[in-house]
Amino acid sequence: MTEVVHHTIEDKKVLDAPSKEWEPKIIGFLCNWCSYAGADLCGVSRYQYPTNIRAVRVMCSTRISAHLVLDLFRAGADGVILGGCHLNDCHYITGNFHTEKRFRLMKELLKDAGIEPDRLRLEWVSASEGEKFSKVVTDFTEQVRKLGPSKVKKDAAVKAKVEAADGASETFRLKALVGKEYNLEKTGNVYGNRLEKSELEKLIDLAAKDEYERSLILVLSKEKPRSVKELGKIMDLPADKVLRHIVVLRQKNMISMDHPEGLTPTYRTIEIGGEQ
Amino acid sequence: MAASDKIGAVMVVGGGIAGMQASLDLADSGYKVYLVEKQASIGGTMAQLDKTFPTNDCAMCIMAPKLVATGRHHNIDLITNAEIAIVDGDAGNFTVTVKQHSFRVDPKKCTGCGSCAQKCPVEWTNEYDEGTKMRKAIYVRYPQAVPLVYSIDPERCIGCGICAEECKAKAVEYDQKDKVLEVKVGSIILTPGFDEFNARLKTEYGYGVYQNVVTSIEFERIMSATGPYFGTILRPSDGDIPAKVAFIQCVGSRDEHCGNEYCSSVCCMYAIKEAAIAKEHTSQVNPTIFFMDMRAFGKEFDEYYNRAQNEWGIKFVRSRIAAVTENPKTKNLILKYVANGEPKEEEFNMVVLSVGLRPPVDNETLSRVMKFRLNDDGFAQTGAFSPVETSRPGIYVAGAFSAPKDIPMTVAEASGAAAKAGSVISSARNTLITKKEYPKEMSVEGQDARIGVFVCHCGVNIGGVVKVPEVMEYAKTLPNVVYAEQNLYTCSQDAQERIKEKIKEHKLNRVVVASCTPRTHEPLFQNTIREAGLNAYLFEMANIRDQCSWIHMHEPKAATKKSKDLVRMAVAKSRLLEPLQNLTMKVNQSALVVGGGVAGMTAALEIAKQGYKVHLVEKEKELGGVAKKLYYLPSGDDPLAYVRRLDKEVTSNKNITVYTGAKIRLIDGYVGNFKTSLESGEEIEHGIVILAIGGQEYKPEGEYLYGKNKSVMTLLELKERLHKGDPLGKEYVFIQCVGSREKGHPNCSRVCCTGTMTAAIEIKKKDPKAKVYVLYRDIRTYGFREKYYKEAGNLGVTFIRFDDEVKPKVEEKGGKLEVKVMDEDTGKEIMLRPEYLVLASGTRPQPDAGTLAPMCKVPQTKEGFFLEAHMKLRPVDFATEGIYVAGLAHGPKFLDESIAQSLAAVARATTVLSKTELEAEGIVARIDEDLCDGCGICVPTCEYKALEVVAGKKDPKKKLVEVNVGLCKGCGACVGSCPAGALTQMGYRDSQITAMIDAALEGQMPAKKEVKQNEH
Repeated sequence: MTEVVHHTIEDKKVLDAPSKEWEPKIIGFLCNWCSYAGADLCGVSRYQYPTNIRAVRVMCSTRISAHLVLDLFRAGADGVILGGCHLNDCHYITGNFHTEKRFRLMKELLKDAGIEPDRLRLEWVSASEGEKFSKVVTDFTEQVRKLGPSKVKKDAAVKAKVEAADGASETFRLKALVGKEYNLEKTGNVYGNRLEKSELEKLIDLAAKDEYERSLILVLSKEKPRSVKELGKIMDLPADKVLRHIVVLRQKNMISMDHPEGLTPTYRTIEIGGEQ
Repeated sequence: MAASDKIGAVMVVGGGIAGMQASLDLADSGYKVYLVEKQASIGGTMAQLDKTFPTNDCAMCIMAPKLVATGRHHNIDLITNAEIAIVDGDAGNFTVTVKQHSFRVDPKKCTGCGSCAQKCPVEWTNEYDEGTKMRKAIYVRYPQAVPLVYSIDPERCIGCGICAEECKAKAVEYDQKDKVLEVKVGSIILTPGFDEFNARLKTEYGYGVYQNVVTSIEFERIMSATGPYFGTILRPSDGDIPAKVAFIQCVGSRDEHCGNEYCSSVCCMYAIKEAAIAKEHTSQVNPTIFFMDMRAFGKEFDEYYNRAQNEWGIKFVRSRIAAVTENPKTKNLILKYVANGEPKEEEFNMVVLSVGLRPPVDNETLSRVMKFRLNDDGFAQTGAFSPVETSRPGIYVAGAFSAPKDIPMTVAEASGAAAKAGSVISSARNTLITKKEYPKEMSVEGQDARIGVFVCHCGVNIGGVVKVPEVMEYAKTLPNVVYAEQNLYTCSQDAQERIKEKIKEHKLNRVVVASCTPRTHEPLFQNTIREAGLNAYLFEMANIRDQCSWIHMHEPKAATKKSKDLVRMAVAKSRLLEPLQNLTMKVNQSALVVGGGVAGMTAALEIAKQGYKVHLVEKEKELGGVAKKLYYLPSGDDPLAYVRRLDKEVTSNKNITVYTGAKIRLIDGYVGNFKTSLESGEEIEHGIVILAIGGQEYKPEGEYLYGKNKSVMTLLELKERLHKGDPLGKEYVFIQCVGSREKGHPNCSRVCCTGTMTAAIEIKKKDPKAKVYVLYRDIRTYGFREKYYKEAGNLGVTFIRFDDEVKPKVEEKGGKLEVKVMDEDTGKEIMLRPEYLVLASGTRPQPDAGTLAPMCKVPQTKEGFFLEAHMKLRPVDFATEGIYVAGLAHGPKFLDESIAQSLAAVARATTVLSKTELEAEGIVARIDEDLCDGCGICVPTCEYKALEVVAGKKDPKKKLVEVNVGLCKGCGACVGSCPAGALTQMGYRDSQITAMIDAALEGQMPAKKEVKQNEH
């Protein structure tokens, strides 16, 4: 079945507060046991930091999927920071190791989408590092401020790309690969072999690129049918590569051939299509 | 070796179309078969093709029945993913060690549902689609693969474990090991097929560098509806429709620079086919074929070529392409060539390289392990009179592994090799096969229908969309349904046991399974209910997967409703099902062979060796046929000596009765029970007929002064003179295609080009100073025969090409011959004054084919040759069962081809002769004698000649149609045609079909209400 629940927080006004002077909108996801506790300690200790951050408490940093983060960027967030326990300190033993893997994918997809990867940060903050929390937030806020407002709101092309990256993050293929990544590397696969980190990362990066590009094709061909060459131009991708993606998407019943323009066929996204 | 040492089993190596054909012929003739295939599924190259020439049939559609039959045959063991490691022993008793690679999936548990592949996160290019599509690390080669078992690609699998989690049947076994099997067989058939020439080696064409240069096999996939572009012709660089497509012929063929001097035999025809089909699929495509000689030498191939030129608008340019370059901006391709003596340049959007055939990559390993010889080109060595035998006794070969060849010849050879492989071990026939025993059938007569319904989840394939429990509950509410249940996989082994239990427990007398398609699964369930004592025809299926859940996956409510409708329809029909009996007919285990040429003698001898009686009828006073007039073979073998040897063997064989100077008056009867009377009054009873009546050389009376001037003769007449040692002339002119490839006789006679080479070489060898000119249209020395063309050229024979429209002119001036010909290459007229003019005249059918055809109820081509059941896959059969064709009676061909074909006819015939009785179909037409008024309208509708108007038994004055259930195939054509409603198709009675329709329409009423709920 397709993952039909398309969760978006685009409409929420929180992030869209009208102000004459731009202030970065930053969301922080803090794990209950370390970074949220660290933030509390920061407050208890009266360490100050800029007001831009809005924190969301989660039980473990690994709860945050790439989809959630990309959704935030789609909605116009200027920065997202994830806070977790230091490695080997996770309350859930290996949670933050998985967070690391997911974080890598988020960065990859942001890069693809044309969003500066520096708008996303992962920090390990322990329950005793109140001061560190304030420094991290201050530093990150400044970093985002320097980058300026996210291009998503103004630039339709970037918006489409982020939507595509979001779509890619939801595919079973990427979820499966990244979900299994840590175990394949550390505890070994079904054959009892541990996979080389770099090899695995290479494989995932390639898969992420594929899925992002396919997702972008679907986004772009939703409003109107487009040709391979047109898509190639928009996406800055060789036409043969686009065609290969279209072959896969047609196989999955996600895009269909539309009217040809001369000798050039066009393709349109199938709204309710998809693999079983 | 004592007869008892012989093993009644055969190993077939290679599961393409040849391997499947050989396996089926043997398994149907009483031998156990082990079919070893190196890939995970059988099907070979043919499974990749979009369409086939000259019939333009969809390749998969015509081969799928053979795939399924091979996969299901209980006397064929498939050993896929395997290779031959060691072969010990001798003909009759081999021990073969086979190494089978792990699938990492249990084939017994895998149901082929494909959930694993859907979820596998690793993508790789698909070999079946020649890299134009993607597959996963767990995959099947193609959707219709046999066996339909997924396997894990060990190179690609990252071991994430998702497939095992997905597999509801628990079939994934990551720790499955490779297996070593030891198999005892009596003979071996090699059918490993071929590899395509590696187009990268011809760097001047830019394959692998320019994206829009593809090979012909890639183009097959591009054309295919199951290929990457769903059947629209697109080019790989940008997905545009290529308006201009160039086909370059002879890539890796007839080319000493790349090491392949031979002609690949099939490329001319497949290029024409690809060009025609491309245009048919996408009308904007305009193909041009660049060729050297157009070798359309097969049966009715020239007609296909003519239509391509005149009707389908395909352009043909006679030129060898020197080089291809790319315009980097447009990715279009520029072809440089010389035509009519001038250098030319033309731009195309796409280029297809017609790549030649190479021996399979493992040819040397096979040869070393199995100890048989390869020829200089790396193909299996065979002999002029032993076309399917390797150099090692007991090991046979068929298909492209012995020489490049097309599908019909491959299939004929496969059957031929089966005949040979069987005759070695004929004393051990029926020793290793199993016959399934079933319990006595329970009578259901007079009982009310008690229907059991089994609804399948098919893992998540059905259950993920359709609410299976709801469908099951619904089934329980239907009239006569006394039991219903749901299964995770109704086709699994444990489910079969449950079905049997439930039949007993609930006294079920009808079974309905709602799952996938009856086309693949009905035989399985029929077998199960037979094991429980029910007649196989008390079974019905509802296809709620392929035709419901898979196509309505986003509309679960509507799909559930449709499933209920389908179940209701199946139950409605099931209520009216009745047990059907497969009638049996006795078989007269002897053969009639008509024609005593090489084809007829070969067939007679081979059947006799298999242990059956043969009646060989020849109209001439002595045996031998046309082969006696050949005198020379290009290989240097002596055909006359061979004919004499055959003659001796035939006349001294105790199983063969020879009738010479005999003419057939009448052949009557049907498969298993024929009765033939000769003009002499003798009567013969037999079970099968082989038509091997041969052909004859056309006598071109009145053409080119033939019959008027003694120095003008036909090719066979020349050979006779050469053989007799008549004094030689100093100058010869040969004219090709006399009586072939022209109005009235549009097709090629196949053998004349090579025959001319043989004669020309013979002349030059005897007198190197003799001048020999060959006036031709295309030189068609296909396959390894190319080397004789080359040899003739090297010996100084001059070849002059004339245009199809401008024939040479021959006159007699002052007692001397004068030949004028317009040289197509230079555009100049050439005048020759030869001593002898030799006409390479075509092959014509025997005139008595016309009297035999209606007697045997078999068709003929326009030219009068016998027309086989299917040009591609049934080259020696007729639609009428029990009658087979071989040799020149089928069409022009070489001696070795005739021999292979007559062996094929023997293998096909043996599938009948090896049985004491034949089982007819259960689904047949029946006639109500009271309603039939003998109008005979139904008779011509039957393709199988099963209907006949006869005098009524009760009242001889009344005419009546009789159905021969032995011949009836159960299509129902006659039933639909009967004006009196007297014909009934068993299993598809009007009442049964109507019951289904009624049940379907009944669903329409409440459906209207439900539609609203379904709207989302």
